[in-house]
Amino acid sequence: MSFMPYVSPDQMMKDRSEYAHKGIARGRSVIGMEYADGLLFVAENPSSTLHKISEIYDRIAFAGVGKYSEFEDLRIAGIRHADLRGYSYGREDVKARDLANAYSQSLSTIFTQQMKPYEVEILVGEVDGDVSGTTLYHVLFDGSVTDEHGFIAIGGHAEDLTEALKQQYEEGWDLATAVKTGVTALGAPDQRQIEASDVEAGVLDRTRAHRRKFRRLDDTEVSAILAG
Amino acid sequence: MTGRIQPPVSGPSFGANPSFADLLRDSRPEIAGAPRSIASTDVPVPHGTTVLGLKYADGVIMAGDRRATSGYTVADAKMRKVFAADDYSAIAIAGAAGQAIEMVKLFQLELEHYEKITGDRLSLEGKANRLAQMIRSNFPLAMQGLVVVPLFGGFDHATGEGRIFYYDATGGRWEEDDYQTTGSGGQPAKNSLKKRWHLGLTRSEALRVAVEALVDAAEDDVATGGPDPNRRIFPNALAVTVSGAEDVPEDEIAAAVAAVLEERA
Repeated sequence: MSFMPYVSPDQMMKDRSEYAHKGIARGRSVIGMEYADGLLFVAENPSSTLHKISEIYDRIAFAGVGKYSEFEDLRIAGIRHADLRGYSYGREDVKARDLANAYSQSLSTIFTQQMKPYEVEILVGEVDGDVSGTTLYHVLFDGSVTDEHGFIAIGGHAEDLTEALKQQYEEGWDLATAVKTGVTALGAPDQRQIEASDVEAGVLDRTRAHRRKFRRLDDTEVSAILAG
Repeated sequence: MTGRIQPPVSGPSFGANPSFADLLRDSRPEIAGAPRSIASTDVPVPHGTTVLGLKYADGVIMAGDRRATSGYTVADAKMRKVFAADDYSAIAIAGAAGQAIEMVKLFQLELEHYEKITGDRLSLEGKANRLAQMIRSNFPLAMQGLVVVPLFGGFDHATGEGRIFYYDATGGRWEEDDYQTTGSGGQPAKNSLKKRWHLGLTRSEALRVAVEALVDAAEDDVATGGPDPNRRIFPNALAVTVSGAEDVPEDEIAAAVAAVLEERA
């Protein structure tokens, strides 16, 4: 039988939290923002196939920062959870709150019980009905959840980005303004302009005629917006 | 259902399984499995009847009559048998209605789940194969009379054309060149198509040919419901083209029905 040296719970949580913070700070950021027709997610991502932003269900989308393999795991788990819910009950019974709670429970268990915590932060967004039906949850690596309004930046430069956006953000922006401001903000910490091909953007558009409200903005659309 | 996501979330196998049917069987076996020991002779089960699919200039049209029968009773006069499977394909069903509708629902979810997990849409070939496997897994029930025989059609972006597949109760899968029918009124409908179908039909011609085949099926098969303009019961149809699968508006079908009936008056 092996003996573990005694480490106080305080110290252990502090170490884990520091470890996760460091991992997240190394990566790039994602911005989640309310705009006139719903929710916009925008990120700097040179890869056009390894996504940070994706669809979970009809009205729900997901964005993750940190370690790819870990938030990808969470994304897949979320899709499975949502599709099973929707099949067992009804499509309108799949809610972002339920999903955010599941993520919170899961991340909290991982944080306290696994060898190493997940180095991720995620956003779960939902649109429903009119403007008042928009919700945006921010879930941290230790399972804490916050309900955000307006905009939120997560990942490496989260604080700088939040500061930059706070100066400018206004409710009811159209898509082009929201994308432009988001992309400018993402480049602001290092004072550079991000190329359209390095921008990953997706929206939950409540005005979309399709049952599935999530739509990815392709490079052509993003460059048209940035040039306009 | 487990209220939370269990770590490790991706399971013991290599890579994430993009199949919803597998997920459902693993995590909720009690709702995934149909009852294993009933025969259609034990309980009256509604059956859907005639559906067809045909190619035309822009893609494929899938259409079906609206009747479901249970023995000699009309169980439903307005049943829908043609559904969009995803944005670029459609499925039309004949056979035991409850089983068939459930299969459609599962198939739609299967395609959507795959798309979300992998970030890619399945190829048309892949969709057609997956449907064959799902029909095969229904085989024990088919042996007891709960047969489901769908038609599957879609637009293949790889080849740039519409394609039609048909199936038998064992999950056998065949690709059809021009048109195909299935269900109790399938034979008269097919005979009708044989005379009327030709290469390069326009959308309105194709609709007319489809409606005429369903009218012929209704004349020769008691289980197939003919169009009923008085009660506004018209066949359902879906057109799948390069721009996607869309329901053909009722007005357009009503016009095709009126033209066919007038010619026969």
